[in-house]
Amino acid sequence: MTINIDDKNNENQVEESSRRNFIFGSVAAAGLTIAPGVMLYQTAGARSLSDFSLSEKASSNVRWGMLVDTTKQVDWNKCVEACNKEHGLNNETHSRDDQKTQYIRVVNVKNKGTGYSMSLPVMCQHCENAPCVDVCPTGASMKRADGIVLVDRHRCIGCRYCMMACPYKARSFVHEVLTDQTENTPRGKGCVESCNMCVNRIDNGQLPACVEASEGAIIFGDLNDPQSDISQLLAKHGSRQIRADLKLNPGVHYQGI
Amino acid sequence: MKKLHFIEVEGNTKGFVTFLGLFGLISLIGILSAYYMEHNGHWVTGMNNQVIWGTPHVFAIFLIVAASGALNVASISSVFAKTTYKPLARLSGMLSIALLSGGLVVLLLDLGRPDRLIVAMTEFNFVSIFTWNIFLYTGFMGVVGIYLWTMMDRPYNNLTKKAGLAAFIWRLILTTGTGSIFGFLISREAYDAALLAPMFIIMSFSFGMAFFLLVLMGSYKYTQRELGDYIVNRLKNLLGVFVAAVLYFVIVYHVTNLYSADHRDVTIFILAGGGIYTFLFWVVQVMMGSILPLVLLYGPAGNKRNMISLAAVLIILGGLAQLYVIIIGGQAYPMQLFPGMEVSSSFYDGVVASYAPSLPELLLGLGGIGVTLLLVTIAVAAMKFLPISLSDEIANPHWN
Ligand code: SF4
Ligand code: SF4
Repeated sequence: MTINIDDKNNENQVEESSRRNFIFGSVAAAGLTIAPGVMLYQTAGARSLSDFSLSEKASSNVRWGMLVDTTKQVDWNKCVEACNKEHGLNNETHSRDDQKTQYIRVVNVKNKGTGYSMSLPVMCQHCENAPCVDVCPTGASMKRADGIVLVDRHRCIGCRYCMMACPYKARSFVHEVLTDQTENTPRGKGCVESCNMCVNRIDNGQLPACVEASEGAIIFGDLNDPQSDISQLLAKHGSRQIRADLKLNPGVHYQGI
Repeated sequence: MKKLHFIEVEGNTKGFVTFLGLFGLISLIGILSAYYMEHNGHWVTGMNNQVIWGTPHVFAIFLIVAASGALNVASISSVFAKTTYKPLARLSGMLSIALLSGGLVVLLLDLGRPDRLIVAMTEFNFVSIFTWNIFLYTGFMGVVGIYLWTMMDRPYNNLTKKAGLAAFIWRLILTTGTGSIFGFLISREAYDAALLAPMFIIMSFSFGMAFFLLVLMGSYKYTQRELGDYIVNRLKNLLGVFVAAVLYFVIVYHVTNLYSADHRDVTIFILAGGGIYTFLFWVVQVMMGSILPLVLLYGPAGNKRNMISLAAVLIILGGLAQLYVIIIGGQAYPMQLFPGMEVSSSFYDGVVASYAPSLPELLLGLGGIGVTLLLVTIAVAAMKFLPISLSDEIANPHWN
């Protein structure tokens, strides 16, 4: 299960996204391990690591996505904890609870008619037609070629229009000066932030933190590669997207909702 | 009709300096409040991750909407060739620039990073309606500026009609753009794309005229210039029509939404179950801000200046309430992640968000009004915006 990102069609993508990737200070990755011994993608072996521009990982051939199986009996709070740890969240000292940042949260859903209830983790859905990207006046809210939606916090002016536009309530505004930050996720007062699919980890060939903590209930992979685990599972079992009626085509899929 | 004379307001009087100081102080307090919020971060405000735009936005949008409406008088005079309004066209154009400036100051100072203004002015995403609004706002100032110039510089008087038409078209687009900021948000049930933009246009007529009348009557009163009933009564009748039109549109808007599956729940929330928002809607917006002013304006004492002033103030308060309900009520209503289901989470999904304006937010909003009035005060003293007299003898073309 490999996909080749050393592709001529990609050349024009490189230009566009090189600046963007630079922001995240990522380094070239050689492959992505989804389980010991299993590579999700491999870079072309013929080239040495230094041949790769920083952007080539954000290839438009790839669309990263997730499949959340809500029927699995896992404690979703573990995912939340892993996320908070990875990105250094929950370090606000002044903000009220409704002002604190949450990249991922556990949502409890109950059908009033039948009494059936369930829980599921909700984070930025990494929409293909992302309204948060469309409305952002400065282009700070952006979608990488590989489908990951994130905020360039050096460009964000804190107008919060993206938060108004997101139907999933996926974004948070940093309401205070933050100290004690993790190296990978710079966060700043007055800017908007949201789940970035652990872009720092992905670009390093690791899985997103929540996926790692999910005990297999969240599958991460390339939606564009029909051979990837996630595509195979989606093809076999189908899935649902939250508010699919809005036609934003989220990259996060769910089973059992 | 006697000849019209424009002359600057005397700047060297106690009254003038008092107003300058007062409006300057209100502006300064607003700016200091913004600094306080900026310095600490928005945790000191009532805003949160659900109610993202708070009281400053209510004031900012109000001022921007009113700005376009304040241009009405000039448009009627230049575009629709009603000579009665010609003496007021300059004030109308100038006030619209001042209102827009006040609104933009508030909008800017409420950004998370106002220091990055330069980013907003250099990096554009042309898909964003926000970006277009930046151009609409700056362009509006330019177009109205040119329009004013053609009015005030005699050799260019013949261009006034064309410039006036350009400004008229521009203001309609501008208000549509402002309304569209909300109209395009599919995420929020409260905002209906089709109806919001035209409603904003009608609202602009009413808010802008109310503001215009207050500024007109105030400046003539405090400079002891004569302002006849002829012009004031025409304006107040127009104001009444606009208020009634807004009310009519509000009814259509809510009734339509009651029949639309997508908007029914949030409409019922606003009209019946929304606590403070329901109160603001019925009591402040509808009763105090629409019906009472109509009674005052068309009642037996409707020609009295005090009544007209009171009505205009009520219309402004009602307008602020209306925008509060639209902007903040619309956000407080929970987003529908799973329509029809009961939803809860640590992130306040499924619950009506709590929001109470903090003092600095309110002061920043009021600061925007202060900036507007400060600019008006400076402008009338610096340039020839106000006719020396608007007595009926001068203002009424049929006077004999
Ligand atoms: S979930 Fe919200 S923040 Fe994430 S891509 Fe979609 S619209 Fe943007
Ligand atoms: S808050 Fe930042 S990322 Fe969001 S729309 Fe505004 S500038 Fe863009």
